[in-house]
Amino acid sequence: MKSQPVRFYQVGSFAVGNRLVDKEERTVQSDASRSNALDSGHRACQGCGEALGARYALDAAMRATGGQLIAVNATGCLEVFSTPYPETSWQVAWLHSLFGNAPAVATGVAAALKVKGKRDVRVVAQAGDGGTVDIGFGCLSGMFERNDDVLFICYDNEAYMNTGVQRSGATPPAARTATTEAIGSEPGNSFGQGKDLPRLAMAHGIAYVATATVADLHDLEAKVERAMEFHGARYLHILVPCPLGWGSAPCDTILMARLAHETGLFPVFEAEYGVVTAVSSIRRYTPVESYLSMQGRYAHLFGEGGRPDIVARIQAIADRNISTFGLLQESVVGVGPETGSQ
Amino acid sequence: MRRQIEGSRAVAETVALCRPEVICAYPISPQTHIIEALGAIVKSGQLSPCEFINVESEFAAMSVSIGASATGARAYTATASQGLLFMIEAVYNAAGLGLPIVMTLANRAIGAPINIWNDHSDAMAARDAGWIQLFAETNQEAADLHIQAFRLAEDLSLPVMVCMDGFILTHAVESVDMPEQMDVDAFLPPYEPRQLLDPNDPVSIGAMVGPEAFEEVRYLSYLRQLDALERIPVLAGEFAASFGRASGGLLHCYRTEDAETIVVALGSVLGTIKDAADALRATGQRVGVLGITSFRPFPHDAVRDALSGARRVVVVEKAFSVGFGGVLSTDVAMATHDADLSLRTVIAGLGGRAITQRSIESMLADAIDGRLEALTFLDLDQGIIERERARMAGTKRSGPTAENVLRDLGTVASRIG
Amino acid sequence: MKKLPFAITLEVGSSHANRTGSWRVERPVYVDRVPPCNNACPAGENIQHWLYDAEPGDYETAWRRLVEDNPLPAVMGRICYHPCETACNRAQLDEAVGINAIERFLGDLAIERGWTLPLAGIATGKQVLVIGGGPSGLSAAYHLRRLGHEVRLVDSAPKLGGMMRYGIPAYRLPRAVLDAEVERIVALGIDVELNHTVSDVERERREGGFDAVFLAVGAQLSRRVEIPAGDSSHILDAVSLLHRVAENDPPLLGRRVAVYGGGDTALDAARTARRLGATDAVIIYRRSRERMPAHADELEEAIVEGVTVRWLSTVSRVEDNRIMLEKMRLNEEGFPEPTGVFEALDADVLVLAVGQDTDLSLLEEESDIAIKDGVVEVSPAMMASPKGIFAGGDAVPSERTATVAIGHGKRAALGIDAYLAGHDLVDPPRGELATFAHLNTWYYADAPRTHRPELEVARRQGTFDEIVGGLTEATALFEARRCLSCGNCFGCDNCFGVCPDNAVIKFGEWEKYEFNYDFCKGCGICARECPCGAIAMIPEQT
Repeated sequence: MKSQPVRFYQVGSFAVGNRLVDKEERTVQSDASRSNALDSGHRACQGCGEALGARYALDAAMRATGGQLIAVNATGCLEVFSTPYPETSWQVAWLHSLFGNAPAVATGVAAALKVKGKRDVRVVAQAGDGGTVDIGFGCLSGMFERNDDVLFICYDNEAYMNTGVQRSGATPPAARTATTEAIGSEPGNSFGQGKDLPRLAMAHGIAYVATATVADLHDLEAKVERAMEFHGARYLHILVPCPLGWGSAPCDTILMARLAHETGLFPVFEAEYGVVTAVSSIRRYTPVESYLSMQGRYAHLFGEGGRPDIVARIQAIADRNISTFGLLQESVVGVGPETGSQ
Repeated sequence: MRRQIEGSRAVAETVALCRPEVICAYPISPQTHIIEALGAIVKSGQLSPCEFINVESEFAAMSVSIGASATGARAYTATASQGLLFMIEAVYNAAGLGLPIVMTLANRAIGAPINIWNDHSDAMAARDAGWIQLFAETNQEAADLHIQAFRLAEDLSLPVMVCMDGFILTHAVESVDMPEQMDVDAFLPPYEPRQLLDPNDPVSIGAMVGPEAFEEVRYLSYLRQLDALERIPVLAGEFAASFGRASGGLLHCYRTEDAETIVVALGSVLGTIKDAADALRATGQRVGVLGITSFRPFPHDAVRDALSGARRVVVVEKAFSVGFGGVLSTDVAMATHDADLSLRTVIAGLGGRAITQRSIESMLADAIDGRLEALTFLDLDQGIIERERARMAGTKRSGPTAENVLRDLGTVASRIG
Repeated sequence: MKKLPFAITLEVGSSHANRTGSWRVERPVYVDRVPPCNNACPAGENIQHWLYDAEPGDYETAWRRLVEDNPLPAVMGRICYHPCETACNRAQLDEAVGINAIERFLGDLAIERGWTLPLAGIATGKQVLVIGGGPSGLSAAYHLRRLGHEVRLVDSAPKLGGMMRYGIPAYRLPRAVLDAEVERIVALGIDVELNHTVSDVERERREGGFDAVFLAVGAQLSRRVEIPAGDSSHILDAVSLLHRVAENDPPLLGRRVAVYGGGDTALDAARTARRLGATDAVIIYRRSRERMPAHADELEEAIVEGVTVRWLSTVSRVEDNRIMLEKMRLNEEGFPEPTGVFEALDADVLVLAVGQDTDLSLLEEESDIAIKDGVVEVSPAMMASPKGIFAGGDAVPSERTATVAIGHGKRAALGIDAYLAGHDLVDPPRGELATFAHLNTWYYADAPRTHRPELEVARRQGTFDEIVGGLTEATALFEARRCLSCGNCFGCDNCFGVCPDNAVIKFGEWEKYEFNYDFCKGCGICARECPCGAIAMIPEQT
């Protein structure tokens, strides 16, 4: 007797899967027959958030498209650790572009598919934060403006990791990198105004823009699936912690992503045609210190010679995000055996 | 059918007959008429199915072409000068991946100083990228070479660049015998890729290759260029059979069989040089002209054979390697290194400076009389040079050279202020 | 083999040649840790496992796993003090899982559906005498029958049940429920003899030809205290009171009832008195509330029902219609001291509930059985005498709850089984305890506990109807699913999903998971993100 009079699944909303949940409601990752777009044998560091995020995103895209997917990949960690001759760990059709032109190459792929009449084959372009926010920005903006049928995914680990952890336009304030060392009166990266790519993408008026992290798989998969419901330019920005560059323990990668969300430092939201449509509320609010203190790239802010003033400034950024996006709204649905739907 | 037609238009219409599936357009003088014409052809529905994409930079233009070609579409773009440099990373990439993209290069000088007129410095900047580079002498040849280029590229899985002199050819209205669609279709079958992005048969294209295999990959691309040396004349022969005229091939020889002095050049200047040669022949000088069509791969053997009977060779070229000397002449010297002849390099036409028949005749007279130095710049204004050198020697802050020269020449802009 | 450009283009699957497992310095392993509920249950139930069985709605499987260890779930779901819930790790997250309520649900469902206990085992030819038909004796009889031994169960009362029937009032444990579960045990083929008091174990054993004996005689004697009293003063003991109420022959108590003592029996007596019509039911206890041995829940229920308490008071004298109390105070060691201050309490009767003793007269002939502090000393296998006499329940040193007694019964059955086979009882090694620190509680959905409905106070008086209702199926299922599955995998797929190297293998529709050590880099994300702490990282052997 497998009837389920109660829609409460222990961990069904949060964990990858659960034996109590109907198969259709489980994540792609919980399925033993998932496509494993990025398979074993790649050379990513232990605990690499980008390797995890890439598999999450592409497996979801593979399911959404029935396996009819082509991926274009910019130069960076993801490309380098996945395709060193003679080994590739990609199980999807995959093309390495250059560093700054993944969006443009993907445009070409999409154009060719259109000409060939292959309407059901979809295109994903992917790059790190450097390849998206800095060197790839021109091509990205062009792709957005033309509304080419490409889902662009940025895996944001907040620096140029593959070349040895140098600062990018996405590096957060005060973070140590090899080109913004933790020395002097302003240790680490300077406090600039940042480069909010998701909102820049929204400003292009494209159909779908969303942010996500590797800590919330259900949310990430839903967003990939939602993105694939649209045709035209779409943008997905995924926070993927890098244990090496962030100086965090390899086992803490998902925890780091979770804390980035729960502090408010990385707002998770969805937007359509330039307007925010949904926000992922903070479940267990955490002050930024808990997040920063677990990372070596912020070590100079703590302990002897620490900088509580900088921590306070970072807290202010988090507070502003919480206020701007309304991240601390209470969940409306109460949980119980009759009403609960978790 | 024979028509009076602007060179750019002839190229555009011929390219359209080749049924490209993805055309990338980013404007730069003097290529603009080509992409404008193609844009109209696509938008009117005359060429279909075809995606005409207005890209945001030349880098994007080559990148989009790469993506399209890797997905099995016949891809085309055009550029010049600065634009070629802006896309250079992708140019090398396309060759390295072996994607049969065809690109028109409307040869133009490279700044600084910025200059929109013709010379060959842009093509020379990309000569080591692994592309096949074909130089058109006339607008007819420019159009014809594009048809051969698509076939050549797809046969060999190599990208091909068709070079035509900016403004001189692109904006000149000449009589061109425009081919028919069915003849082009017969010559150029649909594109069948060597490798393909296909979800039903996935592969990873563009791996990182380390020291253990990189040399072999590069050598294989070298071998393919050697294959091209064989293929080009074969295709030219097929073209001649199909279309009834000689176009393309590795090189064109004009009155070289018994020539004592042979002039070597690329592109449209060959017309003027042939007129000069005829004039000298009339005075009893045995002068011949060698026009090289396939600059890359460089046809060493064919060049050596063509020049084997000459005593002196003068290479007239529209580019030079700063700090070194001639570019084409170096290649020619390599081809003829064990031949007993004297080689002279004449740099001419930089930045669009007109090359006159009289100047060529005068230069050839000097060459025949043994007065021509190893390296000379044709029609150089020595006065300007001396004045600028003196200025630079006199004051540290002598000002930008280009502006000083323009002031010397008394051009309009420099008179203001 | 495709004709692809050399080196530039690579075939799918080529990365499998790169066995990144060689990078590891530590590796993940699946572990089974002992959940705190299992660890705390005196009856040794595999609580986590039967909760796991119940979660998809497979209640019969859950019940069958439960009765592997404890044949009285409907009873225990009402009267057990649930140390499992006290130990439950969920209490540190929001509230403990309502294990007791779910056990009751399963027990009641089994009765409703007529599920029968597992059959008796293949006959061994051995015969065991069980003296005492309370929870300990019934449990022992059940397990002995399952092990294949023949059992004669004797009890001095007219009905089986022991303190469950004669000590615990019906409003806590309805008789119908008790009867159903007792009958089910007897139906395994137990030879029951009621109204039979054993006065000499040795003789009883010899005459019956029993190969072993289990003493489960309980502590049925009310302890006496010397209290000066008048001739006509009315003094009862709580054990007798409750026993007579259970036999539907309640004594006349009067309007004002005083109960002397601080244990659960005192509370039962006071609450029973209220139901029998007493307007005042006052408990007199010599120490303070914090020191009271009765369970806090019971006290709260009693107070809700109008029972009052005189703390720090002793009875110095009983008179006709009143009791003289002396006030006490606690000294530094926490022991009560008389203050010399007295007060009078109007009362029609004083019920003594100052402790219970075991009647061990039947052991007078046994020379090698040690008795200390009024109870029988036993080995860890519940053996009292190497001649095959075992003991359990209130008759041995214990916490004196029914659950403990049931646990003793099972253990004694195993001990007897080993003894009859000629060897010692060997316990399997125990794993590591699953503590709250092992868990990653983020993954558990927010879910406050559901509580059982209770009869309103006004309705409780005057009737012995059951006070606490049971959970519905929806609420029981919800409650079961609140279990965190501490220390044991429950198939959440997290490890399978969070590995960046796809180095966890999932076999089909969750049979089990396995680590692919060819590719596991030992990053430890799986261990960190396992909600229930079922993965440990151990150093790689070099």
